[in-house]
Amino acid sequence: MSNRIVLITGTRKGIGEELAKYYLAKGDIVIGCSRSVPEWKTSAQENYKHFQADVNDEKSVKPIFSYIRRTHGRLDALINNAGIASMNHSILTPMQSAERVLGTNTLGTFLFCREAAKVMKNHKSGRIVNFATVATPLKLEGEAIYAASKAAIVSLTQILAREYADFGITVNAVGPTPIKTDLIRGVPLEKMERLLARQAIRRYGVYEDVFNVVDFFLREQSDFITGQVIYLGGV
Amino acid sequence: MDKILGLITKEIHGFNKTLDTPINLDKGKESVLFGRDSNLQSIDFVSLIASIEQAVSDEYGKELSLVDARAMSQKNSPFRTVGSLAEYINEILKED
Repeated sequence: MSNRIVLITGTRKGIGEELAKYYLAKGDIVIGCSRSVPEWKTSAQENYKHFQADVNDEKSVKPIFSYIRRTHGRLDALINNAGIASMNHSILTPMQSAERVLGTNTLGTFLFCREAAKVMKNHKSGRIVNFATVATPLKLEGEAIYAASKAAIVSLTQILAREYADFGITVNAVGPTPIKTDLIRGVPLEKMERLLARQAIRRYGVYEDVFNVVDFFLREQSDFITGQVIYLGGV
Repeated sequence: MDKILGLITKEIHGFNKTLDTPINLDKGKESVLFGRDSNLQSIDFVSLIASIEQAVSDEYGKELSLVDARAMSQKNSPFRTVGSLAEYINEILKED
């Protein structure tokens, strides 16, 4: 299926940027969003539309979906990539940081799933891919709020899969291992190596590992796959 | 109000084509959507409310959410009849 309408959150940098470029290169129409405007460009830029929005701000998120409905009439896939991390001992984590992480990661994912389902249900089909993390099953110290915000995404994924099944929408999640992005910049090397040692396959993830799982969930043939979480690296 | 009622009725007419037991609109504004006297399945109710929200948003060019906390906490649900829903939408549009 080409020329899919794909909405990706958090496209300014990191995995979101790479996902946007990847699906643009495949010939899809990509709608992206982030709090600030991305600096990257691709040769398929005419197929990319960007919205400046905070993912958990309902007032700035709803116009994205109105645009999709009015311009394209449908939404084939939502990739809920936007996320922030707070790596700190819980005793040293300010409430403001905790609220920010839960707001962006958990509530942002919920809001985009809800609004996407309203559009997708009109065509009785759609794919939603959420972003979990290996930090949840590995129970990583220093990532209590981040892991909890993503654990909530696992619950959302599993329950929304059931709520949206009658609308022909699948909801799944990918749980990446650390990838060398800004999200882990500042984490001591020793800590990263300890983390990698807990994976069955002990290496950093690469963007292609994530694309592979997202592609699988987006395939037309994956219409019987829902409520699943695939962790990378054998976690 | 008539315009809003018209929008709701139009959406229900379209929606009725997908239902085994269509929503009975014979009682006009008093036609039941939600509650004990409704024969609408919960999944169909959800779908209908989302469709009406989109129709109103498109018609008035405004972003609105019909399922805000206020609607969920009202003692008499604004979703119970076609008329109560129209009044509720009218209130929301006035506020914006």
